[in-house]
Amino acid sequence: MEFNADHFTLFELPVAFRLNAAVLDHRYREIQSRVHPDRFASAGEAERRLSLQWATRINEAYQTLKKPLSRAKYLLHLAAHDIEGDNNTLMPADFLIEQMEWREAAAEARAAGEHHELERLHHRLQRDIRERYEEIAVLLDDGHDLEQAADRVRRLMFLEKLLAEIDDAMAACEE
Amino acid sequence: MALLQIAEPGESTAPHQHRLVIGIDLGTTNSLVATVRSGLAAILGDELGRPLLPSVVRYLPDGHSEVGYEAQAKQALDPRNTIVSVKRFMGRGLQDLAHREGMPYLFDDAPGMLRLHTAAGLKSPVEVSAEILRTLRLRAEASLGGALLGAVITVPAYFDDAQRQATKDAARLAGLPLLRLLNEPTAAAIAYGLDNAAEGVYAVYDLGGGTFDISILRLSRGIFEVLATGGDSALGGDDFDHRIFCWILEAAGLKPLSVEDARMLLTRAREAKEYLTFHGVAQINARLNSGEQVDLTLTTEIFAEITQTLVAKTMQPVKKALRDAGLSVAEVKGVVMVGGATRMPQVQRAVGDFFRQDPLNNLDPDKVVAIGAAKQANLLAGNGLAGDDWLLLDVIPLSLGLETMGGLVEKIIPRNSTIPTARAQEFTTFRDGQTALALHVVQGERELVSDCRSLARFELRGIPPMVAGAARIRVTFQVDADGMLAVTAREKASGVAASIVVKPSYGLSDDEIAGMLKDSLVHVRDDALQRALKETQVDAERLVEAVSSALARDGDLLSADERARIDHDIGKLQAAVRGDKRRQIMLAIDELEADTQDFAARRMDKSIRQAFTGRNISDLGSEAGEARTGETV
Repeated sequence: MEFNADHFTLFELPVAFRLNAAVLDHRYREIQSRVHPDRFASAGEAERRLSLQWATRINEAYQTLKKPLSRAKYLLHLAAHDIEGDNNTLMPADFLIEQMEWREAAAEARAAGEHHELERLHHRLQRDIRERYEEIAVLLDDGHDLEQAADRVRRLMFLEKLLAEIDDAMAACEE
Repeated sequence: MALLQIAEPGESTAPHQHRLVIGIDLGTTNSLVATVRSGLAAILGDELGRPLLPSVVRYLPDGHSEVGYEAQAKQALDPRNTIVSVKRFMGRGLQDLAHREGMPYLFDDAPGMLRLHTAAGLKSPVEVSAEILRTLRLRAEASLGGALLGAVITVPAYFDDAQRQATKDAARLAGLPLLRLLNEPTAAAIAYGLDNAAEGVYAVYDLGGGTFDISILRLSRGIFEVLATGGDSALGGDDFDHRIFCWILEAAGLKPLSVEDARMLLTRAREAKEYLTFHGVAQINARLNSGEQVDLTLTTEIFAEITQTLVAKTMQPVKKALRDAGLSVAEVKGVVMVGGATRMPQVQRAVGDFFRQDPLNNLDPDKVVAIGAAKQANLLAGNGLAGDDWLLLDVIPLSLGLETMGGLVEKIIPRNSTIPTARAQEFTTFRDGQTALALHVVQGERELVSDCRSLARFELRGIPPMVAGAARIRVTFQVDADGMLAVTAREKASGVAASIVVKPSYGLSDDEIAGMLKDSLVHVRDDALQRALKETQVDAERLVEAVSSALARDGDLLSADERARIDHDIGKLQAAVRGDKRRQIMLAIDELEADTQDFAARRMDKSIRQAFTGRNISDLGSEAGEARTGETV
């Protein structure tokens, strides 16, 4: 096993967006239980350092693959189509207008303390997000259309952030 | 619960002697030490069989100190020199303390961490804590009959980097080899989970004397996975005492008190609190030095009323932790209650109401943390039987970040990241010809630097002059299994590097610790040189044992030459251990370490490869399932 292998290879998974989460969980735990610093607490310096490096590496790989957005970004990165640190955030006007409408609706509901409305927005947005991930699966795994996939990933970055904001607003309402 | 099989089938772990290790719960009010003997975890009591050690240290003018019950008995007599609840001062400056006016101490506002003026001189909270740890160490050594190989010490999950570092320093000062810092709620979950074969999502509600933690864990097949943690490292049973104390002052219409009277009334307040756990009313009677007489009746209703905001204050982190874990109340299978303060009926009621179930109280809330720590220490030492094994995945409680332009925080590692973890981020220069970059490391959730805790400042110097924005400075944060942060920075083009184990801006420097060590030894029945030699010998023996068992298992990974060199190093180290020259032992350790480095890497590779080839049918069965594209949680 190469320390510098890609995250998928590390877990012996196919390099693809569609992923068997149960297999990922299982393999993560299996490897982590072999490399974790708790296994080397009374070992020598060299082994402890190696264990720290490996356990860190496995955690990073697992966290990246677990979440669909970071997994999609990572696949684009492997295909030399990096969008991380990309300043090209120019999005189509209709998408941006839609975003503003979402944001206004969330802000209004928050100001009025309408927990129910926020919950409705949350579910609508979550459904929307799920559909977009299905689309990304097709673009990345079936169509291999990196340009389009990168565009969808950029949009999802907006939407995931929006979802987090709605969740924060719901939490604020509860308090 | 079904436990993970770590050893390969047919491969037994090399036989070795049982290593003496302990678990310590270093509490705000009381501390405990526990160990695992013949497979059973047990609290080690003092010579009178008392399990608890009150976390109280009294300093005497001759430089000696009293620890525990002895000191506790004198606290009203000699409040200024009798330090209680020192845990609240660990890694804290004077400005961090709430209601300081009730405290009888003479504080000194040292940079980073406050100090206390005592009859025995100026003391750091680290030194006070070290007195408690030393007492527990001696108790354990006497009881187990030998030098300790190591200890797991628990800390509140919500302790930040400064508080963790202070605890590590205290262990060092007490002559305790530290195996791991373990989060208190996690320790409780281990004790509870192993005892009850628990599976599913559990919450641990841990209200101690001075700290509050909430952790949400998933327990499954030999894995303890912390999903989220939260809390308040300055909220605990002490604050409930203080509310009663304030109520007494008001109800009895008392004038400002002497420190002796204040300490006595605080003790009465604590007694009343404890009495109300089992009774409806508590009488508070006291005759003050000032001549005033206090006769009051405190009912559970009044007590609940005056502490309502404190109880409510614990529920905010509970909600936040559940949200961070992405879970609802309905998904929580059980709520484990930890810490003496959870005995209060109003706390039990509030937790039960929130989680819509009766909290789990079947473990002694005072002892469960020490028991869990002892079990983890036993595991870390490799004393466990093959198959009786578990994996612990813990998280950091607070986000770690860097100050950027305008006093804003750029988060590098978000809270609740599984440790160990590392993250790198690139920064650049903002002026032409800039040759240095100042880095300010902070911890906390707020967006403004001024609202977060400052951990360290350091500078990357010697960047070659370039136009603004051309330099590429990669800053890497590494958090280890103790939850401690180390930061490195490197300019990519020139390779200029700087690194820091985050420590200087709050903690104690190595020189200060060395000085304290020397001071403390003047008064303690410990011979410093003898102890240092003994520790190095234990280290050496541990290394020889580790390498020998590695050779027995994986000797085939070495060439004849490599094997011969390692064998030679082992012989040399063993010879050095028999001598009494510490330096020689250390050199021989270094040599063996250096010559086994490649071997260690090969062994790790082999072990990871086996992670897959060792799989059997039943494992694969659990992997069945639809491929999903969405969230896995």
